[in-house]
Amino acid sequence: MEKDLKPVIMVKNINKSFGENHVLRDFSMEVLPGENLVILGKSGSGKSVLIKCIINLIQPDSGQIIVLDHGINELDQDELDRLRAKVGFLFQSNALYDSMTVRENLEFPLRIHWTKEERAKNAENAVKEALEDVGLAHTVNMMPSELSGGMRKRIALARALILNPSVILYDEPTTGLDPITAREISELMVEVQKKYNATSVIISHDMNCIRITSNRVIMLIDGRCYADDTYDNLRLSKDPKIREFFD
Amino acid sequence: MKLKIPNIDKNQFLNEIGDIARFTARFFREVSKPKQEYREFINQCYWVGYKTLTLVGVTAFIMGLVLTIQSRPTLVEFGAESYLPSMVSVSLIREIAPVITALICAGKIGSGMGAELGSMRVTEQIDAMEVSGTNPFKYLVVTRVMAATLMVPVLSSLANAISLYGGYLGVNIRGQVSWHLYWFQVFGVLDFSDMLPSLVKTFFFGFAIGIIGTYKGYNSTKGTEGVGRSATTAVIVASLLVFIIDLIAVQITDILGLT
Repeated sequence: MEKDLKPVIMVKNINKSFGENHVLRDFSMEVLPGENLVILGKSGSGKSVLIKCIINLIQPDSGQIIVLDHGINELDQDELDRLRAKVGFLFQSNALYDSMTVRENLEFPLRIHWTKEERAKNAENAVKEALEDVGLAHTVNMMPSELSGGMRKRIALARALILNPSVILYDEPTTGLDPITAREISELMVEVQKKYNATSVIISHDMNCIRITSNRVIMLIDGRCYADDTYDNLRLSKDPKIREFFD
Repeated sequence: MKLKIPNIDKNQFLNEIGDIARFTARFFREVSKPKQEYREFINQCYWVGYKTLTLVGVTAFIMGLVLTIQSRPTLVEFGAESYLPSMVSVSLIREIAPVITALICAGKIGSGMGAELGSMRVTEQIDAMEVSGTNPFKYLVVTRVMAATLMVPVLSSLANAISLYGGYLGVNIRGQVSWHLYWFQVFGVLDFSDMLPSLVKTFFFGFAIGIIGTYKGYNSTKGTEGVGRSATTAVIVASLLVFIIDLIAVQITDILGLT
């Protein structure tokens, strides 16, 4: 990775507490263009809170977050919505709209960010392309309840891709999936990253997923950045806290 | 055996009232902003109105029939059987039909909204909407509250008509009153001061049901357990509010001399 590249995401000294529970403590990180950064940590270590702070679903108590050159806490609602169009988010629970078909789920983000004419002209192709990218073009008229766990994850990924995002945030993308499907999803994430030339931030504790997808891994322990290195270097580490994840 | 008295937290109760007030204020702020979700509003009108019509209709018919049958013996005792259509129509239009309709809506619509939005909250669907640039409050809350506010009066008006028809059948089970005479007596006794307050209060019933149902669902927490709790408390609070609004409406009509 080139050192002079301007970071796509900059997180500077953020803190977040829920009551007495200090989830993030003075946490900082940078993500460079085209990078696949994995945030690794135990359950409750603040990974999901961090990724939700990046997209402003949760506001940090202090610190600054800059995404695609915009201070996320300084934007008004319209500016934030425009920025969010450039950021895809894959939720841990997939968050597909139960009452809508796959097509309607994918078209939902378009209704805000595209004009009526653009939708009439291009929505059909955009849906088709996004579904083909995840290998599920035949599910376009199905309801989410008719899909398996792995298929729902792929559809959720297709929905995150439909606006051609510059950044994709994945919140535990392989949680709850069998090892084979988890591997397929991990490989799909790498393919998608290459095709869309997107920057990815992946929250995970699935070591296989991390091995397949990551360029760099940040280890989050007690709300702080404990280690920041490649997967291979971390795997060879003798630090007992790091070894816990590999043994 | 020691009786355990449940601990009622007064602060929590007051906080809840404050939160509902803030939620209601946000509703008015959002509804006054441009770009409304008309398509979703129509969709909600269909679900709130059309899908509740059968339940409301059947209940209203039985209500009119039973009230007439139950009232007859008392009126016969006083030799006032001929007043049966007049008495039943005033009772139904002024009080029973609007309140029973609102209670049915509180049960069906309030719990439906609480469970649906609660489920959307705990499965991150509301967050997904926000991330996609859609204002979830406007899309989910404003449309549902507006639909309930508009549809409960429509349902109540239909319930009025259906319950009066039930009353007609009730009158004719034991007696014999022609179709024309029945309606002549009904509309002879009903006037503007009976119809208008009855209609106006149903808008408030619908608004209260919509606000409470969406508030409970939108702020649902604690997973699936929280969804169930949201649906249940939505029904309880909305039903209670229907009675409170009814009480206030009666006082206001009394002050205005519309009784």
